[in-house]
Amino acid sequence: MSMMLNEDQEMLREAAAGFLKENAPVSAFREMRDSNSTEGFSRDLWSEMAQMGWVGILVPEEYGGSAFGMVGAGLIAEEMGKHLTTSPFLSTSVLATTAFAKFGSEAQKQHHLPKISSGECLYALAVDEGAKHAPAKINLKAERSGNGFKLSGQKTFVANGHVADHVIVAARTSGEAGDENGITLFLMDANSMGLDKTASSMVDNSSSARLRLSDVEVNADAIIGEIDGGFEPLETILNAGRACLAAELTGCADQAFNTTVAYINERKQFGVPVGSFQALQHRAAHLHTEIEMAKAVTLAALQSVDGEDEHAWRLTALAKAKVGQVALLAAQEGVQMHGGMGMTDAFDIGLYLKRVRVAGEMFGDASWHANRIAEALSF
Amino acid sequence: MSDLETFRNETREWLDKNCPADMRDGAVSEATQCWGGRNWTFTSEGQKLWLERMAAKGWTVPTWPKEYGGAGLSKDETEILQAEMKAIGARKPHDNFGITMLGPALLKFGTHEQKLEHLPPIARGELRWCQGYSEPGAGSDLASLRTKAEDKGDHYIVNGQKIWTSYADKADWIFCLVRTDFDAAKHKGISFVLFDMATDGVTTKPIKLISGSSPFCETFFDDVRVEKSNLVHKPNKGWDVAKYLLTHERGMIGEVFGNMTGGRSLGEIAASEIGIDDMGRVDDPLLRAKLVQAEVDSLAFSTLLQSVSERAEAGESLGAVSSVLKYYGTEMNKRRHELLMEIGGSDELEWSEQNDDGQRSKDWLRTKGNSIEGGTSEVQLQIVAKHILQMPNA
Repeated sequence: MSMMLNEDQEMLREAAAGFLKENAPVSAFREMRDSNSTEGFSRDLWSEMAQMGWVGILVPEEYGGSAFGMVGAGLIAEEMGKHLTTSPFLSTSVLATTAFAKFGSEAQKQHHLPKISSGECLYALAVDEGAKHAPAKINLKAERSGNGFKLSGQKTFVANGHVADHVIVAARTSGEAGDENGITLFLMDANSMGLDKTASSMVDNSSSARLRLSDVEVNADAIIGEIDGGFEPLETILNAGRACLAAELTGCADQAFNTTVAYINERKQFGVPVGSFQALQHRAAHLHTEIEMAKAVTLAALQSVDGEDEHAWRLTALAKAKVGQVALLAAQEGVQMHGGMGMTDAFDIGLYLKRVRVAGEMFGDASWHANRIAEALSF
Repeated sequence: MSDLETFRNETREWLDKNCPADMRDGAVSEATQCWGGRNWTFTSEGQKLWLERMAAKGWTVPTWPKEYGGAGLSKDETEILQAEMKAIGARKPHDNFGITMLGPALLKFGTHEQKLEHLPPIARGELRWCQGYSEPGAGSDLASLRTKAEDKGDHYIVNGQKIWTSYADKADWIFCLVRTDFDAAKHKGISFVLFDMATDGVTTKPIKLISGSSPFCETFFDDVRVEKSNLVHKPNKGWDVAKYLLTHERGMIGEVFGNMTGGRSLGEIAASEIGIDDMGRVDDPLLRAKLVQAEVDSLAFSTLLQSVSERAEAGESLGAVSSVLKYYGTEMNKRRHELLMEIGGSDELEWSEQNDDGQRSKDWLRTKGNSIEGGTSEVQLQIVAKHILQMPNA
């Protein structure tokens, strides 16, 4: 597979870079943060993104989408990472779209995919129940009740869970926490009786939610995919999400790094730019090397998701492992190289440090994914 | 059937018919390499036949033009040839710094006559080349070299000393940087010349390394006559050739180390040598964590290499990117060998028949040179900072 972008992809990247620079720069993120917005993103921005076909970027054309593919979604996510743009892109355009497009019934596709493309409805995916990612350890119970199911339990770290119109909940229909078999994906209205949502503002001022389900009733047609067979679909959905997060993290790392180099090339001490000191130049050159690798593994991961490669998970694991580390390193080094200014809220570098901590944690941190690679290599 | 498929079938058939049985063991170690040259003693009849047959096809240097001893193969055809050779475990027929280093520089900067004279003997494995770059006073600061070439009309007289000349004691010819103008700025008085190591006044002295082997030499020139027909590119323009060659060399070094991940992973080696726990994991959690990290970095680096090679094929000029590859590839290789020593424990610390005369520890010691030769890691980082990141001068 080619490791270079084609012409359409290059154009999309340029369009996304231009649009976000104009409409969603870091200053917009600051304004939103300082206004104590409860939603945590701009609805106007979202509907403009929908008009450009970005919200439905993974939606097949027959359901009103632009069907541009995962590489395209990654390009947008990378640009959003550079500008710290907050939006329901990951949860709606990548996770929910993948769930419906790849595993949904015809009725589900017809009902939901056009509403995603148009920007009309927002979605969230609820997976984790503890502080560390562990999709096989799902314990939230779904029991048969009448023609449908009743769900009870808790979910945490649900991106956009507080604003979504619909939530996809991974629940246990059989077996025990730790079993890959026995997991089922349920779609529910966010206003369902018994679904309690608590929005939390994260360290990076992104919004996620804790969900508490107490006998939430859903019909049997609310299932996405097969009963008890939800783990593999969930992995496919999560891999798309992980590749998207890797792309966002790459954008964060790239921008944090460029901002830092620009700063140290200007900042003078001892009568010269501090960027002329070898101690900083070598660290910057090392970071450049790491970021080049982050870009390469991200593209490989995005392509593997597009290609429906059965080993896609290995490349997304590699991307999430490597990029998670690189982005954190770029932000940490960035703060240090900014000196005292790096500790202030006035400079952007600290915002990147906080963002990469959150995006890096989501759907498996670097260590979790590195461990999967070791397991794949049988050691 | 497409042309490429036809080529693949023909290649497979030819290799099957012509690759001697003892050249099919997939060996890549130093002991099995065939360096060729005037003084080469073939380790077997098979090694000799393999070199001759491959050279006759032009496949020792498959991408070089036919008139210079190559086969003029396209990138796709070359990949097919390599894949088919790998499939039967065929050894590389020939290693020569003339192939990997001088060849590309001569193809770019040499005259037609120079190419005709020097490239075919390299392709046939008749002449073995070495590189005369570093000097005792010119290591990282290579351009400060002082080996002197005096203009005597139709020839130069060369005096001076080189160091770290790989296999100078075994080489037939040398490509060498000499100073032809002592008054010009240091980069602007250097010329790139070629001469026979058998010329009067050339002596070599091997340097014993910490690994016990002596792949490098000190090389002395005492009134050595070099014909002007063996000046490559223009006088005092040798730095352009040297830089081109170094860029090529650095990219190649990075690539070599990046592709070493093809075999068994460090983790698999550790699992078999140390053993595994109930969960199937290497029975040493702290070592395992280091191995995992090394594998992640190796895989990421291989992915970057793939991406860079595609960009290069698409015509993008690599320049300082080769320094990115050289820096990371060599540092990673050192790390991998440290981990191999850690995995091996005391078994790999002895030099005895039981462990192939301590090959693993010798390899480990050798890797320490990776981040020094061809420009140190620090020099590479400096190049990246200056040429890619455009950071200010001190």
